[in-house]
Amino acid sequence: MSAVVYVPRDAAALSLGAERVARAIEQEAAARNIDLTVRRNGSRGMYWLEPLVEVVVDGERYAYGPVRAQDAPALFDAEFLRNGAHPLQLGPTERIPYLSSQQRLTFERVGVIEPSNLEDYVAHGGYRGLRNALSMQPAEVVQAVTDSGLRGRGGAAFPTGLKWKTVLEAQAPQKYVTCNADEGDSGTFADRMLMEGDPFALIEGMTIAGMAVGASRGFIYLRIEYPHAHRVLTEAIAAAYRAGYLGADVLGSGRAFDLEVRLGAGAYICGEETSMLESLEGRRGEVRVRPPLPAIKGLFGQPTIVNNVISLASAPLILDRGATFYREYGVGRSRGTLPIQLAGNIKRGGLVERAFGLSLRELLYDYGGGSASGRPLRAVQIGGPLGAYVPASQFDTIIDYEALAEIGALLGHGGVVAFDDTVDMARMARYAMEFCALESCGKCTPCRIGSTRGVEVIDRILKDVDRAKNLELLEDLCETMVEGSLCGLGGMAPFPVRSALRHFRDDFLRSG
Amino acid sequence: MNKPIEQIVREHADRPGSLLLVLHAVQREYGYVPPDAVPVIADVMNLSRAEVHGVISFYHFFRRRAPGRHIVQICRAEACQSMNADALAAHAQQRLQIGFHETTADGRFSLEPVYCLGNCACSPAVMIDEELHGRVSPGRFDELIGELEAES
Repeated sequence: MSAVVYVPRDAAALSLGAERVARAIEQEAAARNIDLTVRRNGSRGMYWLEPLVEVVVDGERYAYGPVRAQDAPALFDAEFLRNGAHPLQLGPTERIPYLSSQQRLTFERVGVIEPSNLEDYVAHGGYRGLRNALSMQPAEVVQAVTDSGLRGRGGAAFPTGLKWKTVLEAQAPQKYVTCNADEGDSGTFADRMLMEGDPFALIEGMTIAGMAVGASRGFIYLRIEYPHAHRVLTEAIAAAYRAGYLGADVLGSGRAFDLEVRLGAGAYICGEETSMLESLEGRRGEVRVRPPLPAIKGLFGQPTIVNNVISLASAPLILDRGATFYREYGVGRSRGTLPIQLAGNIKRGGLVERAFGLSLRELLYDYGGGSASGRPLRAVQIGGPLGAYVPASQFDTIIDYEALAEIGALLGHGGVVAFDDTVDMARMARYAMEFCALESCGKCTPCRIGSTRGVEVIDRILKDVDRAKNLELLEDLCETMVEGSLCGLGGMAPFPVRSALRHFRDDFLRSG
Repeated sequence: MNKPIEQIVREHADRPGSLLLVLHAVQREYGYVPPDAVPVIADVMNLSRAEVHGVISFYHFFRRRAPGRHIVQICRAEACQSMNADALAAHAQQRLQIGFHETTADGRFSLEPVYCLGNCACSPAVMIDEELHGRVSPGRFDELIGELEAES
């Protein structure tokens, strides 16, 4: 019988040499006349252990990592195919505490299955949700999503079921389901991991959405920076068409759902939903004035669902195991699980999917193990470049929508970027304005001009030019941007700036 | 011999909202969107030149000049900054002797900033052509560049 070894093809694992590791294991097996199959999975999301190699022994998976290509001969010498002892040996993968303490629902299959292997997906519970949805009335499907308590995981946290209900009730000859896969926030990679590790979950989720609201066409708007995800999605969509899960007659239901991937072109603003719709229509990604909401008048003027990857990929399990199963996870109004991405200056970065309720401290120290540099952590930025900086004194805050809002922070897409005590928070504040200026679509003045003025004002503060007056001016400018911008880019770029001013004022007061 | 622009445009133009598809296809073929492609695209798609130009110039990804043979992108976003990406960026400019948005005199490398490659747990991140690299130290950067220099 052929031995089975898993080596991830996840982009981050590849960035650490996973391809060379896979080749080295194959070559070493050939040289030793060992019958061996290398399967390519997604990542388990323990990135300090990547490339993480798993072997299957008596149906259980055992891990070794981080493996370099040059480790291959020694691993064979140590009989790693029989879980032999070796310095890189980690034991049964699912008993590694980082993983075993998680509640993987949306990421249940990521790192486990072969991503674009449809049979593997179905064997692991895939497409049960769609089959259930097809046996229900559309309104019942929408009700299940509403009852689950799922809120948009892209950042805005809008109740997903409510959005779907609006599209269902809209009357139009053509409706659309669009997936916002323009995951541009620094510190976030959950969408990428899911698309690369379990693309059918997204495809199934979008199909369920289409059936629920009566939309026969779907688009995945994928950022150009994700070529690996593009390849996997393209393969998976083709496989779904071949097997009748997509196309003119989804699973013999007589209902159509067509799906295609469209690539972005390096504009951060296209993660804003109306800008994304403009881009999908082939135009400059300038934000639209709301109302009308996309659910009423969206893509090509038709009722359109715009949901994030994780929101859509959560639909299959809600339809499979029921709304109650999902809502039993979580606290207060934050129901279900949240895939948190732990990034930046952290010893054990990766993906942590847990029911809402984990504190920042538990995340950063119990999971993250503190900073990568070994120095004390000084701050984290939550929710990407428009998210607030949270100082170490607030690390006992619980990571959910409401608790973070109470301290003036936002969960966003769930990315947490750690900084050690060498970080200059005035510089980070300046960067927030700089980034906003770079990515502003230009439609509204507070964002377009305000961000450039913001950089200039911070520069004057740092150079000690009329410091007191300019600090006041910066506060004033932030308020104008928050109150007057059309969308979240200009409206939220002041959040990191204000939080840096509030918690790290001394960094602005060093004489220039 | 590159495929004529007009042929590329006609292959994609009938799909809904296809201007980005067309521009991607042109850039895949030529490495950039040549200025003389603009009137052709506008003509076939029944758009004004200004509309086509407006879209090209809006998106960071579309290039209006021919790039080097290898495109080196260095992530400059926060997670990478927390792991000294600024020092890496300075090193890269020194090593390649060019600034961002520039191409080496021998036409081998173009250096571009990028804002997040989704590799934030393995910072700092670099993408060379379509290959992603994580935890890139200045030394590792030199190795990667050295490998490409040895190739050509």
